[in-house]
Amino acid sequence: MDGKTKKKEWKNMSTNVNTSLPLEFQTEQNRMNILGFWMFLGAEIVLFATLFATYSVLSTRYAGGPTPHELYDIKGVMIETILLLTSSFTCGIAIYEMHRHNKKGLLTWLIITLLLGLGFVGMEISEFIHYVHEGATMQTSAFLSSFFVLLGTHGLHVSMGIGWATMVIIQILKRGLTPVTARKTFIIGLYWHFLDVVWIFIFTFVYLKGLV
Amino acid sequence: MDNHSKGFPKSQVFGFVLSLVLTFAALFVALKTSLSFNTIIWIIGTLAIVQAGLQLFMFMHLKEGEDGNSQTINVIYGVFIAVVTVAGSIWVMSFGM
Amino acid sequence: MGIKWDRFFITGDPLILGSQIAILLTMIGIVVLVSYLKKWKWLWTEWLTTVDHKRIGIMYILVGVLMFFRGGIDGLLMKAQTATPDGQLLDAQHYNEVFTTHGVVMILFMAMPFLIGIMNVIVPLQIGARDVAFPQLNALSFWLTFSGAMLFNISFVIGGSPDAGWTAYFPLAGKEFSPGIGNNFYAVAIQIAGIGTLMTGINFIVTILKMRAKGMTLMKMPMFSWTSFVTSIIIAASFPILTVALALMTFDRIFGTHFFTLSGGGMDMMWVNLFWLWGHPEVYIVVLPAFGMFSEVISTFSRKTLFGYKSMVGSIVGIAILSMLVWVHHFFTMGAGPGVNSIFSITTMMIAIPTGVKMFNWLFTMRKGRIQFTTAMLWALAFVPCFLIGGITGVMLAMGAADYQYHNTLFLVAHFHYVLIPGVVFAVFAGLYYWWPKMFGHMLNEKLGKLHFWLFVIGFNMTFMPMFFLGLNGAVRRAYTYSAESGFGPLMLVSAIGAGILAIGFAFFCYNIYWSARYADRNISSDPWDARTLEWATASPVQFYNFAKIPEVTSLDAFWYMKKKNKGLKFSNDELEEIHMPSNSGLPFIMSIVFGISGFLLVFEWKIAALVAALGILICLAIRSFDYNDGYHVPVDEIKEIEYGWQNKEKGVEKHVN
Repeated sequence: MDGKTKKKEWKNMSTNVNTSLPLEFQTEQNRMNILGFWMFLGAEIVLFATLFATYSVLSTRYAGGPTPHELYDIKGVMIETILLLTSSFTCGIAIYEMHRHNKKGLLTWLIITLLLGLGFVGMEISEFIHYVHEGATMQTSAFLSSFFVLLGTHGLHVSMGIGWATMVIIQILKRGLTPVTARKTFIIGLYWHFLDVVWIFIFTFVYLKGLV
Repeated sequence: MDNHSKGFPKSQVFGFVLSLVLTFAALFVALKTSLSFNTIIWIIGTLAIVQAGLQLFMFMHLKEGEDGNSQTINVIYGVFIAVVTVAGSIWVMSFGM
Repeated sequence: MGIKWDRFFITGDPLILGSQIAILLTMIGIVVLVSYLKKWKWLWTEWLTTVDHKRIGIMYILVGVLMFFRGGIDGLLMKAQTATPDGQLLDAQHYNEVFTTHGVVMILFMAMPFLIGIMNVIVPLQIGARDVAFPQLNALSFWLTFSGAMLFNISFVIGGSPDAGWTAYFPLAGKEFSPGIGNNFYAVAIQIAGIGTLMTGINFIVTILKMRAKGMTLMKMPMFSWTSFVTSIIIAASFPILTVALALMTFDRIFGTHFFTLSGGGMDMMWVNLFWLWGHPEVYIVVLPAFGMFSEVISTFSRKTLFGYKSMVGSIVGIAILSMLVWVHHFFTMGAGPGVNSIFSITTMMIAIPTGVKMFNWLFTMRKGRIQFTTAMLWALAFVPCFLIGGITGVMLAMGAADYQYHNTLFLVAHFHYVLIPGVVFAVFAGLYYWWPKMFGHMLNEKLGKLHFWLFVIGFNMTFMPMFFLGLNGAVRRAYTYSAESGFGPLMLVSAIGAGILAIGFAFFCYNIYWSARYADRNISSDPWDARTLEWATASPVQFYNFAKIPEVTSLDAFWYMKKKNKGLKFSNDELEEIHMPSNSGLPFIMSIVFGISGFLLVFEWKIAALVAALGILICLAIRSFDYNDGYHVPVDEIKEIEYGWQNKEKGVEKHVN
């Protein structure tokens, strides 16, 4: 490789644009951010695994309080699950539209995703309020402590995701689809799908296991 | 990497339908069958892992981009730590009984 | 509700009153001095807002030195108290606080900042990069560590120090048995610093994967960069566990949950389990970069390529996996069945294998080498036998059945000090003597360095060797006193005198920093040790953009072969191009202060106020999201001028080491 092309490759990380790639992968800084976010997701896997470990160890320690059978309501859980699964799907469509450079389609599907996410968070909050009214609080037993903290951490992640995505939507509206906004949208997408993955395990190992 | 210039998001729709099927299958196995507790946990656990894989590969495109390998190794390592943490904690906290 | 004004300031202890006055005077002194010298603007623009990895690294090292003082004084207090039977210096409560803060400060606020600081300065240079992947995140990492360290340290004058040991085992650390707020400081301050460390891990993984110079494949990467890489991976894998464990502790203490309590179905041993799931990998997090530093130092001063490079890489990657599989050996005495204890005995002994591989690699690197006994090399040489003692006693402790005898005695204390002091502190000293000219453009004085070395190493062995025998004779750890009849007196006294010598050694190090800053020769080569890796291919101290032209790498020990073949060292001016650099930002500093304030309020259980302050964190994140500052470009003329400056100086430098 001669000197000229080599230098070009090592020039600045955010202005050297390779247009043959999808928008979010076009600059070196973008590629680093996406890889960095994957590394963050690796850490998130461990974070949730630790919460799952705690729940698994403590899940039969009721201390005289309510048991999963008395508490969980499968209908509400299924609605939450389908809301989140669908939002993961619509989020996938949003990224798909972004790859087609269809800004309007991207924004529409992204907003649908967030509305579904809001529905999920609303359902979860009302579920929690219901439990507290039944006398099942975080302070009742080890089982409920670990239940509320595991579910609450997931719910907090979803809420943070909604706030974060809203800011990205504002940036897309202000600046259009650029490599930077596309990268931010792509990363939000990764985050959103990841939260769906976590929910699959909550659905299986918290709710279904508790109701078997 | 596929270049979606036009057409219909086939893989997304396929993934979505599949994830719904897996979810309801797990629900059915857990609540409507009379298998033993351990069998049920193994089945629904497997379904959950399949569905997680689906999300990772079909929605999150784990292996795409020039760092696909690093991303894959990272997720595998994360899952390894997760398994050690969960299975290890359960085993150790049972005092090996 | 819940406001505890009466517990705000610690009163009544003359030692602490003295410290309060000293801290107040120091703070006033700093403010007056900075104002008098009119340095506020300089402080803000050059340091507080910097995103330069070298400056962030230097600030980390500064925190490390300060915390070494703090932790060291705790250690000396303990040694003074136990120097004679029935010592009267400290009471039981005060002693509990001192050994708790000694442990936390030394591991989390001394070892970690030192190592991450040196990683920050050196890794981007070694791989031929201009900065880390996310410079602003890097600044945030540092300021969070700083914020956590400060929050932890004020506990001893405001609110009360934690007193349940650095491991903070439940049920002792729970609200029931430790109703004060000391352990809230533990839970919250470590949490804040831990978040910063996690971000560092992610940052360095991406930096090393994506920003290596052209031609530097992973298997041509210097060993210190390799160990930093694996350390970063272990950080990203294990710090989330600590995050969760500390969060659950906070919930138990402040919000009345039942994770680790005795009532409500909680399991106290679950805390121990989670703590060591993080805690054991943490040992490797601190020891791996240290191994990397020894590798660089030994290779440079033996004038040889590192022996068994590939087996070295293999063994550190192996450690990344094995280190996650041994945590139960910290609590064999919990009483788990023989199955659990046997499995973890075996995995623990297995981890001695990759470590043994490394030991032999260092020895064979020195074999037939032309060894130069510089201060840095002396530390590496002393490390080998001292660390071996730590390692061998570790294998003794690894046997579950035998551990019932050693557990909770001074034997264990001696073991881990023999691992961590040679493994981390010696390495940090070796690294600092070795890389000091790269950081500051002058060397540390070798004569003072050797005094520092001998006093420290002799003092260290005198302090901790007797503890092995005391432990075998039944002296338990964390006991504030003992009777004359126990017969522990003489060895305890030897140990205390050793600690004094060790402290004098450290004082020589501090004096060396001062002396060298004032009097050391500035007219030195940018490569004073005739070294082997890329960080020596650029100016000392390093210009802010690191490399005018990124070198191209063809082999391991890239710089050494560039010198031998006289290739790739020089470049003509028309090869230069504009350099893109990130802009400074005050946001990381401000955000960390908000973190600190929110944490402080949470420590005092003022929940609503803490929540309000935490909103400030979200606001900072939002500001960051809308920040589109893309850095700036350094014009070619400026680069030419800077390059001309240091490359011309090279001709007339004095050779210090041949």
